[in-house]
Amino acid sequence: MKDLFKVNTRTIVATGLGAAIFTLLFMYVKVPSPIPETSFQTAYGVSALFATLFGPIAGALISFIGHALSDAIQYGSPWWSWVIASGVSGLIFGFAFNRTKVEEGEFKGKDILTFNVIQVIGNAIAWIVVAPLLDILIYQEPASLVFTQGVTAAIMNAISAGVIGTLLLVAYAATRTKKGSLSKK
Amino acid sequence: MNPKMKIFSYNSADTYIHRLSGLTKLLCFLLLTFAVMYSYDIRVILAVMAFSVLLMRLSLIQFSQIRVMVIYVLIFLATNAVISFFFSPEFGVSIYGTRHEFARVFGVSLTYEQLFYQVTKFFKYAAVVPLGMIFLLTTNPSEFASSLNGIGVNYKAAYAVALTLRYFPDIQRDYHDIYLSQQARGLELSQKAKFLDRFKNSLLIVIPLIFSTLDRIEVISNAMDLRGFSKSKTRTWYTSRKLNRQDALALGVSALIFLIALGVSLFINHSRFYNPFI
Amino acid sequence: MNPQPVIEFSHFTFQYFSQAEPTLHDINLKIYPGEKILIVGPSGSGKSTLGHCLNGLIPFSYKGEIQGSLKINGHETSTLNIFQLSKMVGTVLQDSDAQFVGLTVGEDIAFALENDNVPCDPMRQRVREVAQMVDMDNWLTNSPFELSGGQKQRTSLAGVMIDDVDILLFDEPLANLDPATGKTAIEIIDDIHKQSGKTILIIEHRLEDVLHRDVDRVIVINDGRIIADMDAHALVASSILQDTGIREPLYVTALKYAGVQVTEDMRAGHIETLQTQFSRDALQTWYGSIQAGDHLNTRPSILTMEDVSFTYDGVRPVLTEINFDIREGEMVSIVGKNGAGKSTLSKLLCGFEKEDRGRILYRGEDIKDKSIKERAEIIGLVMQNPNQMISKPMIYDEVALGLRLRGVPEEEIKPRVEKVLNVCGLAPFIEWPISALSYGQKKRVTIASILVLDPKILILDEPTAGQDFRHYTEIMEFLVEINHLGVTVILITHDMHLMLEYTPRAIVLAGGRKIADTAAAVVLTDAQVIAEANLKETSLFALSHMAGIENGTQFVQGFIDYERRLKNR
Ligand SMILES: Nc1ncnc2c1ncn2[C@@H]1O[C@H](COP(=O)(O)OP(=O)(O)OP(=O)(O)O)[C@@H](O)[C@H]1O
Ligand SMILES: Nc1ncnc2c1ncn2[C@@H]1O[C@H](COP(=O)(O)OP(=O)(O)OP(=O)(O)O)[C@@H](O)[C@H]1O
Ligand SMILES: [Mg+2]
Ligand SMILES: [Mg+2]
Repeated sequence: MKDLFKVNTRTIVATGLGAAIFTLLFMYVKVPSPIPETSFQTAYGVSALFATLFGPIAGALISFIGHALSDAIQYGSPWWSWVIASGVSGLIFGFAFNRTKVEEGEFKGKDILTFNVIQVIGNAIAWIVVAPLLDILIYQEPASLVFTQGVTAAIMNAISAGVIGTLLLVAYAATRTKKGSLSKK
Repeated sequence: MNPKMKIFSYNSADTYIHRLSGLTKLLCFLLLTFAVMYSYDIRVILAVMAFSVLLMRLSLIQFSQIRVMVIYVLIFLATNAVISFFFSPEFGVSIYGTRHEFARVFGVSLTYEQLFYQVTKFFKYAAVVPLGMIFLLTTNPSEFASSLNGIGVNYKAAYAVALTLRYFPDIQRDYHDIYLSQQARGLELSQKAKFLDRFKNSLLIVIPLIFSTLDRIEVISNAMDLRGFSKSKTRTWYTSRKLNRQDALALGVSALIFLIALGVSLFINHSRFYNPFI
Repeated sequence: MNPQPVIEFSHFTFQYFSQAEPTLHDINLKIYPGEKILIVGPSGSGKSTLGHCLNGLIPFSYKGEIQGSLKINGHETSTLNIFQLSKMVGTVLQDSDAQFVGLTVGEDIAFALENDNVPCDPMRQRVREVAQMVDMDNWLTNSPFELSGGQKQRTSLAGVMIDDVDILLFDEPLANLDPATGKTAIEIIDDIHKQSGKTILIIEHRLEDVLHRDVDRVIVINDGRIIADMDAHALVASSILQDTGIREPLYVTALKYAGVQVTEDMRAGHIETLQTQFSRDALQTWYGSIQAGDHLNTRPSILTMEDVSFTYDGVRPVLTEINFDIREGEMVSIVGKNGAGKSTLSKLLCGFEKEDRGRILYRGEDIKDKSIKERAEIIGLVMQNPNQMISKPMIYDEVALGLRLRGVPEEEIKPRVEKVLNVCGLAPFIEWPISALSYGQKKRVTIASILVLDPKILILDEPTAGQDFRHYTEIMEFLVEINHLGVTVILITHDMHLMLEYTPRAIVLAGGRKIADTAAAVVLTDAQVIAEANLKETSLFALSHMAGIENGTQFVQGFIDYERRLKNR
């Protein structure tokens, strides 16, 4: 448990660069979805990957900073309720840290399942609980509206994080090398 | 996307606002936005908004600099207004406890309460925008991280923000270069491709970007470790500045506005809402 | 000399976690305070690994197994942590983008002091002082984008010097620097050495460039073992450099061609110390026997630029009215200062960026409307930064990617990929992930991934950065081979040897304008062009003067032709 929240220089650098990628993807790389006017945010795939590799602190900060920054660039000011919800989703994704064997070069059946269960829980809590509650608290939005929005967002983001995150983790696992495995031919 | 875009179009004009330290600006920004976020009193909201538009003039921000953002915000607010009306057309009535209907459209009744609620909300959202823009356009990115540390954010988290600002342009350029070099190897990226293909193709760009970034994380954290990052519990900042009288003035005014907003709700309205209907 | 060494390796062996064999074998080495040491060796021989052992990245960041002992200032390094080591050893990493963590020059230089909690006022004072030493005091508020490669290198240097360390370690400080800036960098390092008496270690492929100033000893590493530890004069007189595939200074090669027996007494380590009295006659006789050939390509032109101008931001021109004409089957260099616009030019040719004015013609036909993909069928570009091209985790897949995207059948892909991997010296690593490669090896992967596509025109941006002589010769000879088969080759390079040796013609850019377009040997003898484009006179030129030969240009051209004939034999 203590290890989960350990922060070293690598975590900080991963956070900084991860947030930069998150910002970029959040603004430009949205995959259009079949439902009009909505799109899948590839950025959540990235925060899920980084959270799994570097832990909950990195995950939380990456989505928080990334979301706040891209809001600020696009709208002039962050919409705090969603920014905080993003941060919460990244934090929960981070519980997959050290729970899979991805660093040892394996990301198969059980690991994929673990990752996706955690990722779905994270999205559910962030978008169905945190975001709507904050919207009601800060902006007094009607509850029926915010919960509908929340459920849609949770589904969309769980699909992004699930598909893209899993693909990225599989690709990452392939680059890991086992002890003593490299020799010249 | 346009690779020529800059993240902060910070312009180093020499105005009162520009001269304030980054820490002051961050604190004032937070105080004023919290005032607006807390209060549901349109008088307070409009007052803060007027004040911030004044500040915007003071800091010589041109409309051309913020045009795109304004359009985005207006689209967002319009959509929000329409959706929230259709979801709960009677929400205003339940808040203010009275009902003054003035028209019916397709069987849905329009009430003054709903109108008042939505107008207030519109301005509540809109009022934070000029504040954010002022902060964004007059704060030197270098000062931002040290200011975060100044308001009590852990220095490591603050440094992560500094790294984001430092490497965002690099990553933007990398993204653009990978996009081009993939095309040069024969990847079809036109808008005509099918949905699934487009999805696969955007992955072909995102994946190398992420993997080269992961490699870079190694090298950069090595470089930082070699220069002693994170060896002690605190750190100092080359860009931090001592606060002067002007900073104190700005902080005082912002704190006053914050307290007034709070006071109006607590002692005059006895709720977060201003209710003109009773 | 002080009997107590600052650095002492004894029976030191290191094996990376993922490797089956040790990368460093039984290293024994003593370095004394105030020495200046140059470390050379082929790509992948373990130079950076040795450096990482000194600064603590091994084992702190790279995991592996260590045997034997390494003492710094008398302390066993295994008992120290990376922060204690960082107070003794300052490292300038090769990748100056990674080293530059601050948002501005001032912040970056101050980084180590910030971490030491130095208060603001003394910190600014100290930053100004150190910035002055490397001549960057007018750039303190500039961001890394506004700096040239050389200025970034200076900033890195200042950032390390600010922390008063005893040992400075430079890992390939010259890669990607233009010749004049590289020369300045060596001078700055030497001045620091003289003023401060620090111990200095330089890892570098460009031997001759480092030897522009004195070094005390040169250490040669091959396959993880130290195979030589001697002064520069003795080294160039021995056969070690040829045996390990490291480029010896050009003037030494010329002496050998002229039949001169290079001995230690000739003090041939630096051109300035070279004693020519014994060799003057031999050089003159040899000069009489070689004559410069005529290189005139009369084939039709394949690529033409007409009055091309370009700017990234609409404000600052990066290329201004560029005109040139490249003929089919030519081999041409594009050279010039850091930031002159060479890489930009290559991007225009490939359609990555669109010219603002002017025309680009392929076989006389404007290619304005051709997409990147269509141009790529004709023109292959190896970009300067390998990280921007690599998109697959495994070497084989990366090289095969272009063929797969073009729908080539898998059974045809395999032999083609294997052939280029061979050419690029990557065959032993065919199943490795790219992340386990050294910098030079990565660069070769990107060259292979373009070579495999068989383009008609090939543009290589800094193909030899970070490469050792043997690998680079292999790649260049392959390029010559395909060039004879009709492929047009354009090289963008800072390596003057490379330009002289392989490309009869050179186009010189400075400040976004073309300032020369002539025979390579002529470029390097024109003082004005050299100064304007930050190039450097070749040492052959100096040699010809020392030997009393009037026409330096003729001598240089004769040398190149002689070498070509040797290779073609
Ligand atoms: N992190 C790593 N994991 C496994 N093997 C590695 C790692 N880094 C380097 N190696 C291997 O160790 C060997 C030596 O690498 P090193 O980087 O020290 O070479 P170098 O002499 O500095 O080469 P270059 O001149 O190309 O930079 C190479 O064969 C490389 O594949
Ligand atoms: N994507 C970009 N956006 C804006 N400016 C750029 C971009 N790429 C390069 N520049 C600027 O254009 C100028 C020319 O850069 P270019 O990379 O072509 O130089 P170069 O001759 O290849 O230099 P080097 O020898 O250091 O590689 C430089 O001043 C550089 O800062
Ligand atoms: Mg190396
Ligand atoms: Mg270049």
